[in-house]
Amino acid sequence: MAPATTLTKPPEGAVAPTGASRRRKRRPQMAGWAYAAPTALFVLIFFVTPVLLVGQMSISDWGLFAGNRGINAPENFTKVLDDRLFWPAVWFTVKYTVVTTVILIGLALGLAMLVQESSRWTGFLRTSFLVPSALGLASASLLFYALYSPQSTPLGFLGIDSFLGTPTAALWSTVALIVWRFAGFYMLLLLVGLQGISGDVYEAARLDGAGRWHTFRYVTLPLLKSSIALCTILCITGSMLAFDQFYILTKGGPDNSTVTIVQLVYNMAFFGQNNLGKAAALSILVLGALLVVNVIQFRGLREKES
Amino acid sequence: MRTRIFRGYRRAVASVAALGLIAGMAACGSSDDDQGGDAAAAVTATGTDDGSELTLWTRAPLELQANALVDAYNKTHKNQVKLTIVPNDDYVAKVGAAAGSGDLPDLFAADIVYVPNWTKSGLFADMTERIGLLPYADKINKGHIDAGTYEDKKYVLPFVLDLSVMFWNKELYKAAGLDPEKGPTTLDEFKTQALAVQKLNKPDTYGTFFGGNCGGCNVFTWFPMVWASGEEVMDPEGTKSLLDGPAAQKVYSTWRELQDAGAVDPGSKDETGATWVAAFQEGKIGVMPYPATLLKTAAETVDVGVTGIPGVSGGQSTFVGGDGIGISKDSKLSDQAWNFLSWLTSEDAQVGVLAANDSTVARSDLADNQYSAKDPRIALINKVAGEPQSKTPYAVNFQQAFNAPGSPWVTLLRNQVYGDAGALAGDNSAVTGVLGQ
Repeated sequence: MAPATTLTKPPEGAVAPTGASRRRKRRPQMAGWAYAAPTALFVLIFFVTPVLLVGQMSISDWGLFAGNRGINAPENFTKVLDDRLFWPAVWFTVKYTVVTTVILIGLALGLAMLVQESSRWTGFLRTSFLVPSALGLASASLLFYALYSPQSTPLGFLGIDSFLGTPTAALWSTVALIVWRFAGFYMLLLLVGLQGISGDVYEAARLDGAGRWHTFRYVTLPLLKSSIALCTILCITGSMLAFDQFYILTKGGPDNSTVTIVQLVYNMAFFGQNNLGKAAALSILVLGALLVVNVIQFRGLREKES
Repeated sequence: MRTRIFRGYRRAVASVAALGLIAGMAACGSSDDDQGGDAAAAVTATGTDDGSELTLWTRAPLELQANALVDAYNKTHKNQVKLTIVPNDDYVAKVGAAAGSGDLPDLFAADIVYVPNWTKSGLFADMTERIGLLPYADKINKGHIDAGTYEDKKYVLPFVLDLSVMFWNKELYKAAGLDPEKGPTTLDEFKTQALAVQKLNKPDTYGTFFGGNCGGCNVFTWFPMVWASGEEVMDPEGTKSLLDGPAAQKVYSTWRELQDAGAVDPGSKDETGATWVAAFQEGKIGVMPYPATLLKTAAETVDVGVTGIPGVSGGQSTFVGGDGIGISKDSKLSDQAWNFLSWLTSEDAQVGVLAANDSTVARSDLADNQYSAKDPRIALINKVAGEPQSKTPYAVNFQQAFNAPGSPWVTLLRNQVYGDAGALAGDNSAVTGVLGQ
């Protein structure tokens, strides 16, 4: 069977493409480029350029007020590593990311399964779980700040003296806010995945004598893998870039125990240090870490799928 | 075909050249019209009022005063000031971005503790000669003038003063058997009175409150306790912390004893500064250091007594905070901008606008005025502002050492109230380390 395409020389006698036919072939190519151009331009202006600028900043002595005073590589990177809050912030961000991701995905999956079947209360429950997602994160953080404030807290019945006054309390209080705010959103993503699983598969599993746990373990979870992977990627990325909730609830306290990486970037750039070069260097490190994490996740997903 | 393209190309080049010429002429024109041009215009005490439009930036906490000042100026002058209010948290970033691109407004205000850093960074134009022409120059608040002085040049005038004073709740004092007309005159009296209110055992009511996780709040309210005791918090250069002195230690031990006795509202421990005045305003706090600018607001719900912040064994002091204002390095209308600033320091603005809106005046010769005469509390606040022990601290790295979240000062004060009080020497060295960077 002749191959569909060949790299061998064309047979003798074949007519070589003329200039006119080359132009005809190039026309669809040009049209493709023309269609892609607006998006490409958008990406170039709003993604590539800022990243290049941050890259330039990260190797420059760039003060907030003083502007660019020339290249100083790799001083900004060494300064970042020497910052007294760098390693505590890295450790805290990783801890927060793991805790948040595990709780959020687990809870969201439970909620999705709870509201998967249509029943009398399904609509009400779905709406209730999703409503917090409609609130901005800053607004939600302010709402929780008031809820946690000992002067006004309606949560006093929980018997907790201080919701934000100790490192452990501050972490878990913030996790509670994030779970409340995002569980419904991830539930929705997982619900779409659940409803994409054919009923025939469950029917077959039932006929094979699979119980609820085995059906969940060997049917639902494997078929929901893509949705769970998407949620995990979103959750890890969001948690590694956490800022608003901690800025509003704890300002990094108590005793610098809740300083996240992005909060450290903010402090380096605008609050105190006024050093855009150092902040950009840390941003590049965060970008690199996110790329590594995402590549690992995508690769793992692809291997499992294959 | 080629000829047509070439002609089109030539036409485009000609158009661009013409536009460039027009733009150049316009630029020349604007240069000629720029009466504020420092090179040509003679410096006067009142500047130029020729109908120019001036731009002014300030941060949101000063919105009330800024609006009142701008409205009054625009009504009485040909120049018109266009005011931009920027959210507090965005202000430094906005000023930084504008400074980098040469787009600063004609006038902008800055938190007075950041002014030394900003003058050193060259964001303001030199006003030394202009300020010297004001007949009342020596009556303008010295703390703000000093904070805005860098290498013997003056860059900033007071915009709005914000002072810290001691507030107490007269109703709670009466209930606790204290004299409702007499606030604390020493740190020990402050402790005794707070404990007396605590002993009422009223639900959700406490002796006192402080921003336990807020560096700026305690700079504002604890530094005056040290100054009133005759000591300093930093060396004059602002590079060495002196927050381990005897008076400072007395301040910490007073708050720690109050905390241990349960007389500090538990909310203090988490307080980042967002709601640190709320509990007093709700009538739930006996006595606490408080921003004087909020007297009017607090008095809506509480019968408020006011006095200066006391030291260890007497004396009174206040942190002369608020914002300074200067002409930006990028302004092309510096003479017109100066017209606004010279008016700002006039009696019309200080008394007619600021005092009328219950704000503290920035001139000692205007401390007694028709508005302060009506309310002895305002007269007292104005008087305390002029006390020699009232200060505005000066340090180029002030923000990083004290106000920033997670600053070494926050670590120090939390250790002193909640944690390891023996860590003082190390914590003080950490503050010095940042100040000296």
